Amino acid sequence: MTREQIDPLELSLTGGEPFNLVEALARRGVSRREFLKFCTIMAGVLALPVEKASRIARALENTPRVPLVWLEFQDCAGCTESLLRASRPTVGELVLDVLSVDYHETIMAPAGEQAEASKAATVEKGGHIVVVEGSIPLKDGGLYCCIGGKTAKDILFETVEGAIAVIAVGNCAAFGGIPAASPNPTEAVGVADLVKDVPVVNLPGCPLNVVNLTATVVHFLTFGSLPAMDHLKRPLFAYGKRIHDNCERRPHFDAGQFVEEWGDEGHRLGWCLYKMGCKGPETYHNCPTVRWNEGTSWPVMSGHGCLGCSEPNFWDTMTPFYQRLPEVPGFGVEATIDKVGLGLTAVAAAGVAAHAIGSAVRKKAAGASQEKEE
Amino acid sequence: MHAVCSVRAVEDALGIQIPPNARLIRNIIQGIQYVQDHTIHFYHLHALDWVDIVSALDADPAATAQLAQSISDWPKSSAAYFKGVQDRLKAFVASGQLGPFANGYWGHPAYKLPPEANLMAVAHYLEALDWQREVIKAHAILGGKNPHLQTYLVGGMACPVDPNSQAALNADSIAHLKELFVKAREFVEKVYLPDVLAVAPFYLEWAGLGEGLGNFLAYGEFPLTDTVSSDEPGDLFLPRGIILNRDLSKVHPVDHRKIAEYVTHSWFAYDDESQPKHPWDGVTEPNYTGPQPPYEFLNTDDKYSWIKAPRYDGKAMEVGPLARMLVAYASGHERVKYWVDTVLEKLGVGPEVLFSTLGRTAARAIETVVVAEQLINWTDELAANIGSGDLRIHELDHWDPSTWPKEAMGWGWMEAPRGALGHWIHIKDGKIENYQAVVPSTWNGSPRDANGQPGAYEASLVGTPVADPEKPLEILRTIHSFDPCMACAVHVLDPNGREVVRIRIA
Repeated sequence: MTREQIDPLELSLTGGEPFNLVEALARRGVSRREFLKFCTIMAGVLALPVEKASRIARALENTPRVPLVWLEFQDCAGCTESLLRASRPTVGELVLDVLSVDYHETIMAPAGEQAEASKAATVEKGGHIVVVEGSIPLKDGGLYCCIGGKTAKDILFETVEGAIAVIAVGNCAAFGGIPAASPNPTEAVGVADLVKDVPVVNLPGCPLNVVNLTATVVHFLTFGSLPAMDHLKRPLFAYGKRIHDNCERRPHFDAGQFVEEWGDEGHRLGWCLYKMGCKGPETYHNCPTVRWNEGTSWPVMSGHGCLGCSEPNFWDTMTPFYQRLPEVPGFGVEATIDKVGLGLTAVAAAGVAAHAIGSAVRKKAAGASQEKEE
Repeated sequence: MHAVCSVRAVEDALGIQIPPNARLIRNIIQGIQYVQDHTIHFYHLHALDWVDIVSALDADPAATAQLAQSISDWPKSSAAYFKGVQDRLKAFVASGQLGPFANGYWGHPAYKLPPEANLMAVAHYLEALDWQREVIKAHAILGGKNPHLQTYLVGGMACPVDPNSQAALNADSIAHLKELFVKAREFVEKVYLPDVLAVAPFYLEWAGLGEGLGNFLAYGEFPLTDTVSSDEPGDLFLPRGIILNRDLSKVHPVDHRKIAEYVTHSWFAYDDESQPKHPWDGVTEPNYTGPQPPYEFLNTDDKYSWIKAPRYDGKAMEVGPLARMLVAYASGHERVKYWVDTVLEKLGVGPEVLFSTLGRTAARAIETVVVAEQLINWTDELAANIGSGDLRIHELDHWDPSTWPKEAMGWGWMEAPRGALGHWIHIKDGKIENYQAVVPSTWNGSPRDANGQPGAYEASLVGTPVADPEKPLEILRTIHSFDPCMACAVHVLDPNGREVVRIRIA
């Protein structure tokens, strides 16, 4: 192998031979068994029947290589750090690598003109996936976030040209995040507010949980389409259920057992964090089931309430973070059941209605325009 | 990092002292953050400035194993292992799938390592990727997730401790932490530091380049005793102090009142821009005066940056691992002195070489080892304190804002991996009246102040030789050695002011 052979100018980015993932992974020391295990886990994250794992495997084995461009705008690189924590490490990350991360300012080797050349080459060919991390400021022509003298908005439009999909990772790219928090001094917005001609998927979270990015990509490669999404463009497999409904501490909520002070007996015993401000009852995310850092933990499991980081405008609508939500259904079901003499179903049904009202009132009070579907 | 700094600011304003368990948990979280973050910085964000991946293809795996075994007893260093890595690398290059490695400066004359050292570094680049993902699980155990832990509270931490509960930090989770910290320490002692020591001799000219300001500021970190206030932080494992004009014979005390920020060349407005403002009096009022985008150039005689220019007693300062290690070394810190002297002796050089690009990179590795040594001790100390029956994690008296005084001021400090971080808060009627943050990359990347003094990045580039102006690898080396928190741009101009190349550095 000589240097000349990988001279960037001579290099064909897509390679000459048909791509085979299993061979590519084998070259990197990943066995077929590990690969199939990964496919099974992905089927689980995607909430697919386990038989679908073989379809995932078949699809990934023969998929053509899709180039990926990762843009950073008003961001903290937290989602990039999350990418480095890709669960099911070798395979999960390699799927992304196999996608060919052609441009990523933080992790790529080249800088400046050479880095821009990589991006331009990918965009010119088209058929790429764009991942966006960070919000886009619009105020004063967008001058509050310029890279190489170009505004984030211009770079975004230039890069999504000819792309097959845009994945907005983290709350900032999805909904504006902290830069858009009141009073939103730079008029920051999310990707979907600007990009209309290319399909956009939102994977909010602060940061993104990388397992959901891997699963979205795997879904796309397997089925040739983006996963089913809610009205906020969030995939249902990851954002289809409320934290509160999947929470391991839910029995304590139903039993009326609450943490009252940090470090009290209830806190030490893992009781419900609702009174400490947990936003699980208003947040749609799969943290309780997939957890973080390869299933090690998630905030509630480690003793802290949910902040609602997968929801639009959470810095405005979910604060004060340590103040409890005004109305949550099913409050202390076991504690009151003897007194009211009602079945659990009736109480829960009444509670859902109460919650819907409570949410709407609170949202209005916070000045948010988004309506939530319960 | 900002989380701990912000809660310390409020704790300082309200006079809160956190319980020992909370102090120890914070130290452990920050300690493993240093170890993981520094290692990622070296292998994944900085190593390719020194390591030519393509050259690794020409390496002899047996000779690579010999080299690796001569510097460390890391068990993976066999010829077969390096052959495996090289085969994977060959297949990778042959496939044309270079992804993030496409268009690198491979083959640049400033790359000096023999193929074997390059192959060893590439192998460790890959190992570090797996290792960092594993050891940072300590953050998930203590704070629910990484990145962005969710556990910092004004007055303590939200991580319950109870040896008799499954839902709290108990013997089992402590054992898990210790297992991770053994792995953490082993890797940095047997791989990271030895790699730095193996690479450094080929780049000794960088011990005389990239110095910069010669002034260093460290707030210190890891309180070993109770913190009374931000001005009286207790005994710190890494000491607080200032070094001026490269003089290691004297460590000056830090007085946060001497910190003030200029906006002369920043896109912000002050009433009187010839004078700096202390962060308690700070204002952040945007005042963009630059060209409308898209633009090619900024006029550096005017305002040209979104970064303010912080100064200490009027002086520009460098912050980061080098600042912390110099302050500790000059303060006579036992472990820092031991490791700094060990490294200097192995390289056959004196402490003056620390003031350089290479010194910055070496200081980061030394600090990683010094902190990794403490993680298990601090975890044992936490276990012992819990075992004594102390289950407190939070100071409850000030949790309710109705208990607060009508008005309060405080400052929070911390040493982020990339340097000194400060937050200043003014609380009035239970609300934030003013809040200012002076972050490490503001110190290091600062534009000029009213007196024309440059910041650390700018000063450090003076005199850097550039072999190929189209591929200014040498500039990347020095800027990356600071671990900038942002993508920043360096424009290379020829003597006539014509732009040769513009490099963006992540």
